[in-house]
Amino acid sequence: MDSFVESLQARIITAGESGTCLNIVGGNSKHFYGGVPHGEPLAMDVHQGIVSYEPTELVVTARTGTPLVELEQVLAESRQMLPFEPPAFGAGATIGGTIACGFSGPARPYRGAVRDFILGVSCVSGRGEYLRFGGQVIKNVAGYDVSRLMVGAMGTLGVMTEVSLKVLPLPVIERTLVFDCSGNDALVKMNDLGGRPLPVSGTAWHGGRLRVRLSGSEMAVESAALSLGGDLDIAGASFWQALKEHRLDFFGGSDPLWRLSITPPAQLPDLPGEFLVEWGGALFWVRGDDPQALVALARAQGGSLTRFRGSERSASFQSSGDTEAALNRGLKKAFDPTGILNRDRMFAGS
Amino acid sequence: MSQQLNDFSDELTRLLPAGALLLSAEARRPYECDGLTGYRELPAMVALPQTFEQVREILRLCQQYQVPLVARGAGTGLSGGATPHSEGVLLSMARFSRIIEINPRARTARVQPGVRNLAISEAVAEHGLYYAPDPSSQIACTIGGNVAENAGGVHCLKYGLTVHNVIAAQVVLMGGDVINVGGTALDTPGYDLLATMIGSEGMLGVVTEVTVRLLPLPDAAKVLLAAFDTVESAAAAVAQVIAAGIIPAGLEMMDNPAIVAAEDFVQAGYPKDAAAILLCELDGTIAEVEADIQKVSGLLCESGARTVEVARDEAERVRFWSGRKNAFPAIGRISPDYYCIDGTIPRKAVAKVLAGIEQLSAQSGLRVANVFHAGDGNLHPLILYDASKPGEFARTEALGGQILDLCVQAGGTITGEHGVGLEKINQMCVQFTDQELDQFHALKAVFDPDGLLNPGKAVPTLARCAEFNAMHVHGGELAHPQIPRL
Ligand SMILES: Cc1cc2nc3c(=O)[nH]c(=O)nc-3n(C[C@H](O)[C@H](O)[C@H](O)COP(=O)(O)OP(=O)(O)OC[C@H]3O[C@@H](n4cnc5c(N)ncnc54)[C@H](O)[C@@H]3O)c2cc1C
Repeated sequence: MDSFVESLQARIITAGESGTCLNIVGGNSKHFYGGVPHGEPLAMDVHQGIVSYEPTELVVTARTGTPLVELEQVLAESRQMLPFEPPAFGAGATIGGTIACGFSGPARPYRGAVRDFILGVSCVSGRGEYLRFGGQVIKNVAGYDVSRLMVGAMGTLGVMTEVSLKVLPLPVIERTLVFDCSGNDALVKMNDLGGRPLPVSGTAWHGGRLRVRLSGSEMAVESAALSLGGDLDIAGASFWQALKEHRLDFFGGSDPLWRLSITPPAQLPDLPGEFLVEWGGALFWVRGDDPQALVALARAQGGSLTRFRGSERSASFQSSGDTEAALNRGLKKAFDPTGILNRDRMFAGS
Repeated sequence: MSQQLNDFSDELTRLLPAGALLLSAEARRPYECDGLTGYRELPAMVALPQTFEQVREILRLCQQYQVPLVARGAGTGLSGGATPHSEGVLLSMARFSRIIEINPRARTARVQPGVRNLAISEAVAEHGLYYAPDPSSQIACTIGGNVAENAGGVHCLKYGLTVHNVIAAQVVLMGGDVINVGGTALDTPGYDLLATMIGSEGMLGVVTEVTVRLLPLPDAAKVLLAAFDTVESAAAAVAQVIAAGIIPAGLEMMDNPAIVAAEDFVQAGYPKDAAAILLCELDGTIAEVEADIQKVSGLLCESGARTVEVARDEAERVRFWSGRKNAFPAIGRISPDYYCIDGTIPRKAVAKVLAGIEQLSAQSGLRVANVFHAGDGNLHPLILYDASKPGEFARTEALGGQILDLCVQAGGTITGEHGVGLEKINQMCVQFTDQELDQFHALKAVFDPDGLLNPGKAVPTLARCAEFNAMHVHGGELAHPQIPRL
């Protein structure tokens, strides 16, 4: 075990004894998300480096402080990628923070989410114990799936030190098609595309334009493009990049940004503000000050509403029911009995 | 039966309709083991509830009377996960066999846990859809058992395991509380309780409803059969295909003993003198599949394949697969009993581990045939043995343990898809530290504080590990080989 991990353990044990909260910081690119971070900063960006990477195994293992861009670059040199297309939201983003937040990009409905590609995690629990779960192989059912539990747990269950991820080959080519259509037509088309064996890797509608990204072998992409029609968007690549990183004009300004993750509706719901749809109709980004209507909508459409940026950020996440809430509290306690890791970041009060 | 258990059984008699509680020894007998027949135990009683409310009530009563409960699907599990508890109730979910709802637009199906894996694909085929995970046992195993074991199949390299294809579940916890985990949206806030539930081997709750994601049937699927003169060249060919940026829908390997057994059984068209064969399936649009077939054929030839054949039509495709899909029963024909191992290793270690297995097999005097999911490094060595010969099962288990040690040493794991159950509980002590095992116990206690669900399975106690490690010497040598280990 390296000296960083040992010092991390010592630090966590001391913090546990004194009841000092620790605020785990990777690149600090996602500090806006979840409950307000507080406590002594615990810098993870010093813990960098790719531990092992063999392209023919489709597996990479990296220290969690490794910058996301660096990891993606190393993979790209072997023509591979992180299939879940994570947003960085800032130059300093680390792979650890990416996994902890569990964000996936435009390819999510078509290739899978962060949790679909995590194979193993090494971490230090709130007890200061160094633990390793999962591994570097694609199939592994020994023990409970703690690695997946860490995805999206916002660092509240343990400080991850290394992660192993499944990677995939980069598509040979990508094309973006654009269609002028109403939101309702876009929903129908997105759903139709999802039901056919086509190499679709992204769909987004905003302001009367639907964009469809195709990725894969030349043959598959060209023949799909031919059959789908629409216009070729030559600036497609930069559109998806800007969408992923929230750099489109839609995301600008200071209005609160809400993330509505729902079962794809058949018809556009009545939304209180400007919005953008992606993920085949399963993800709506909505601007505005009035979450009440959205809360009801989330409930009706079997989904959830999250404050993403702006607005009041006291309560971060809500459990879906009382029993679920008790389990969430129980899990936090099982991994971090004194509640020192990223306290309140996930659930208020734990 | 203890007084406590008697009172509990009276409660169940009142709760369940006639015929849904089995108490006589002969009625309980069919439930004494799952697919791992070396482990047998008669449960104190067998309950076959029909309604969700009955399941809830049974779990409430178990908590009240502190009676252990073991859930069971089809009993095809290969790790003893459904082996009953002698002082407990075996809960058969067999009667929950209804497909509740198919939503072709959302491409999801909501089913009861006792629905057979293949029945889902059959029911949704009319919509041009299917459920991707296809364990070889798919005609029999249930989706509830699949969730509990995170079952995989020959297509999981490209389409994922159960965890990638189940999107929501309803679960009854010990004591009768109900949770709904996951959902039809693409993510849910909070900890990923669904992922925690999948692969948890019936230790955290009883699954009463499952929602699966369905995929559109591909336009075309073609399979290649490549024969090799050495296992090494077959293993190298697998790496070549992946390195070329191709993810086949399925990539399976069989060694010579498995080839011979399968060919004799189903006449799949396998060359019986090959050291290894690879089956490689490619799917997608028609044009795409044609292009990939050309490319992969070339790669396989370059990697030293003696012959590469493309199935000419659907009938031949099915025939090529039939040998692989029937490999287990084929082995069953040539040996009174067989024992299936389930280690996973990094692909690069395949040739080395297979050589190691061959050596261990020679030392033990037990034959081994290898069938495996080459694309994801999941080995299924089948140890051939005869349970009626005294001591042979014990030797088989010891050999199985040595093979799993080899997998862990190669950077792999003791189980890729069959679960730990009772069978691999000792190997858990090799793979995990005491602190890690303790963390598993703490997680279990969040869901089931009294430890009544499937006790003694999946995660060993630290005391058991201390005992095991004292007997166990790394590198495959047992300290006291003369002591029977059962
Ligand atoms: C010939 C053969 C081939 C096989 N091939 C494969 C393969 O290719 N891939 C693969 O992954 N597996 C394979 N298996 C193993 C087995 O089929 C799978 O593990 C399967 O998922 C078990 O399902 P089951 O319904 O038979 O479950 P069971 O054996 O009845 O139970 C398995 C576990 O699930 C629990 N369980 C069952 N139902 C529930 C429920 N409703 N709620 C909570 N827990 C529950 C049980 O307690 C037990 O721990 C094979 C088995 C055989 C015999």
